[in-house]
Amino acid sequence: MSALSGLAVQVVLLTVLPPLLPGLIGRVKSWMAGRSGPSLLQPYRDLFRLLHKGAVYSRTVTWVFVAGPAVSLAATFLAGLLLPLASSRAPLAFSGDLILFVALMGLGRFLMMAAALDTGSSFEGMAASREAAFSALAEPALLLVLTTLAVASGELSLSGILGGLGSLPAVTPARLLAAGALGAVLLAENARIPIDDPATHLELTMVHEGMILDHSGPDLAAIEYAAAMKLFVTSALLAAVIAPGLAARPPAFAAGALVVAVVVGLVESATARLRLPRVKQFLVGASALGAVALAAALFARGTP
Amino acid sequence: MSLVAAALSLGALGALLSGLLRGRPGAGFFAGLLACAVGAGAGLDLLLRGETAGVLIPWSPPFGALAFGADPLSSFFLVCVYVVGGLSLLYARGYFPRARAGAALAWMNLLIAAMAVVVIARDAITFLVGWEVMFATSWLLVTFDDEDAEARAAGFTYLVASHAGVVLVLILFGLLARHAGSLRFDAFVAAGAPPGGLATLCFATALAGFATKAGLWPVHGWLPQAHPAAPSPVSALLSGVMIKLGIYGLLRTLTFLGPPPAAWGLALLAIGGLSALAGVLLAIAQHDLKRLLAYHSVENVGIIALGIGVGILGQATHAPAVVWAGYAGALLHTLNHGLFKGLLFQAAGAVGTNAGSRDLEKLGGLLRRMPATGALFLIGAVAISGLPPLNGFVSEWLVYLAALREGMLAAERGTAAASLVVVPLLALVGGLAAACFVKVFGVAFLGEPRTPGAAAAREAAGPMRAAMALGAVACVAIGIAPRAALRLVAGPAAALSGTAIVSADQSLAAGLRAIPLSVALLVACTLALLAARRWLLRGRAVGAAPTWDCGYVQATPRMQYTAASFASPVLDPFEGLLSVQAHREDPQGYFPSAARDERHIGDPGEALVRRVLRAIVFTLSPLRALQRGPVQLYLLYVFLALLALLLWQVPS
Repeated sequence: MSALSGLAVQVVLLTVLPPLLPGLIGRVKSWMAGRSGPSLLQPYRDLFRLLHKGAVYSRTVTWVFVAGPAVSLAATFLAGLLLPLASSRAPLAFSGDLILFVALMGLGRFLMMAAALDTGSSFEGMAASREAAFSALAEPALLLVLTTLAVASGELSLSGILGGLGSLPAVTPARLLAAGALGAVLLAENARIPIDDPATHLELTMVHEGMILDHSGPDLAAIEYAAAMKLFVTSALLAAVIAPGLAARPPAFAAGALVVAVVVGLVESATARLRLPRVKQFLVGASALGAVALAAALFARGTP
Repeated sequence: MSLVAAALSLGALGALLSGLLRGRPGAGFFAGLLACAVGAGAGLDLLLRGETAGVLIPWSPPFGALAFGADPLSSFFLVCVYVVGGLSLLYARGYFPRARAGAALAWMNLLIAAMAVVVIARDAITFLVGWEVMFATSWLLVTFDDEDAEARAAGFTYLVASHAGVVLVLILFGLLARHAGSLRFDAFVAAGAPPGGLATLCFATALAGFATKAGLWPVHGWLPQAHPAAPSPVSALLSGVMIKLGIYGLLRTLTFLGPPPAAWGLALLAIGGLSALAGVLLAIAQHDLKRLLAYHSVENVGIIALGIGVGILGQATHAPAVVWAGYAGALLHTLNHGLFKGLLFQAAGAVGTNAGSRDLEKLGGLLRRMPATGALFLIGAVAISGLPPLNGFVSEWLVYLAALREGMLAAERGTAAASLVVVPLLALVGGLAAACFVKVFGVAFLGEPRTPGAAAAREAAGPMRAAMALGAVACVAIGIAPRAALRLVAGPAAALSGTAIVSADQSLAAGLRAIPLSVALLVACTLALLAARRWLLRGRAVGAAPTWDCGYVQATPRMQYTAASFASPVLDPFEGLLSVQAHREDPQGYFPSAARDERHIGDPGEALVRRVLRAIVFTLSPLRALQRGPVQLYLLYVFLALLALLLWQVPS
């Protein structure tokens, strides 16, 4: 596949597929609860509807409120361009891009939290504060996982790592532990149960939903779309870590991400949301798992 | 070198003019600004040409000549001093009321010149003279508002801390001079590396002595007191460059000591890691804007120490790519921190004077009232959090990369991969810093004003805005053109690592090319999305309403989330690491009349230092018997001392 068509496939995958994942999760949860559930395409319809609406802005807000969703969506899209979805080398791949991957997620979050505080609402302030606390704990866990994979594969770019993993045995302790930690990070980053309940209707218990109470119309569409894209990007990463050789095979990669979404739906159906003080234990646990994974990876390479 | 001399003379002239013409601060200001422009230009010129220059000024005894010189390391720090110094002077032009500007500008001009002398000094005496003038002028500036008891107390702490540090620096130069037989820096280098034990002793002394100036944990205690007490242009100067001269001193000492062993790198990793974590955690707990920023300086100096530590580890394991990335990251972060911390302190000063308070809980809604200051503060906040597309990301990326490479090399060789600890630690510190700056920006600049003072805030004066804007432009420029920025640190990093510039390092070059591309794409995507939003909303109903508060429409500004509430869950997991004192009174009965919940977060490092100081005072307290008061007694001491000296000298 030439570089240009690879880029085109990557962009199409990254823009078209994401809303399918929340739809799939919703469907799985409905089935598990014995309901038939909304259509798989419901998130697409929601986005379409929001894009055709006007908007209401609080009299308190400034330009930061509008910048939040736009930067968040742009940063998530760029993070997606660092994954080798369509070719063995991602469009933006370079040695050390795993740091950029994490930092882009951080940038989107920074501006989304600022946008939440822009409204002056205490509910949104509370949600932003929780988001800040959780993400500060999730970030080291994510980097521990990426460091583990870098050590195991001997590469420093996400493309190199995911390509290099293909030639390693599928089941090693380091890889299993890293996948477990990455799964926990995925649930936290995407505001899924047991960290956060996307379906909650009580403002006091919201985290991600609480931050966007005042957003409406196209801004809300951008936020929902960015959330779906982040879910897709992290799911694709997890799928590629578990199953070697997904890199550069777009249909397989997409299928892997969808399977992860199904598993997330199953997890959401089977577990209850953690009490807020427990969440940090969950996240510290993820970091500990990541640290053990790193130790296992180093041990496997003969380092004491 | 003659240009540097011109800059120094202009700085001295500026100090003289501002001191003499108190009523007309303009002349001293322009001379000082010109000095900074010339100095920065001269430093840049020397740096990019990679030149080493030197002059010797003959000086009658006791210690021979005054030696000056500039190698790449000096030139780099010269650029830092004069760039941040110039921005601070520009800001000071709008900050000080006319009546006080003369004295402040005089001391600031002298401080900048003294810092320049420190970095171009080529012998121990010149270095120490510069170092002490730097201390004296900065002390006068810290206690500039001397009617304020807090400023006086801060000045006292600063005095003690600085002197404790300089004693160790004196010992260090004593040790080196005994080994080399001269006080000249080139003699230190020419004498070759001291034997192992002496080298480690020198390193430990240098680390302990310079750490006080740099503000590394646990000897950072003076920093969060002195920086908030100083006027804001001075805080920007102190936090932006003066504390970095502690880093300069450490790096300069490393050039005397030969190839460093891995243990030194590990020591720097430990101290740097503790500083970074303690700094950011204590910063989150602060509500005074400038105190918070001062703690972030502890954090960032910690990150710089981590970079140097990884560089040393790389040197010990003979991995040039690691060494180069580590030192380059540390040096670039030094410059970056000067730029964004200067900008943040300047914005904090504008908030303090124009909104009536530096207490976060008394601010709010300032972005509408001070749009330029607010937007520039946001740039500084994103930069200090290490996020793209700004300069903080580039330098932290280099440190990350150095740590990862060192760890992976160690894994290949089957040795301990200690540097990998840096990676999750930096991620944690970065996440916490982002949380802290979301808090600051959100509570101070967004939402509704919490007090009448904040509601009446006005935009900062022209020169202040100009200084902040120039700092912000530099932050953006380094973020979007990292390759050009790395040319600044290439020389000193190569000099420190003792290897030629690793220009053949393809993977690093690829990253430095890819980062600007990603940044450009990020900006383009964001702008496209904003344009799309505008196009979608064209002709549609766009309403304005009060903030949705769940059906509760009578919300007042007091009901906004506070900085303390925002910080609480972030700090919660780390309470075990901090000494938290909680005072809690639960509501009682059916009609509770009072309830409170107070938390005071103490600094375990400061408590540790206090305990050590108390032990020293206790041990030395018997000596108090010597201090009786009568003048005759002291004359007796003088006589006895003279007698002892005479008896000691007579036999020889």
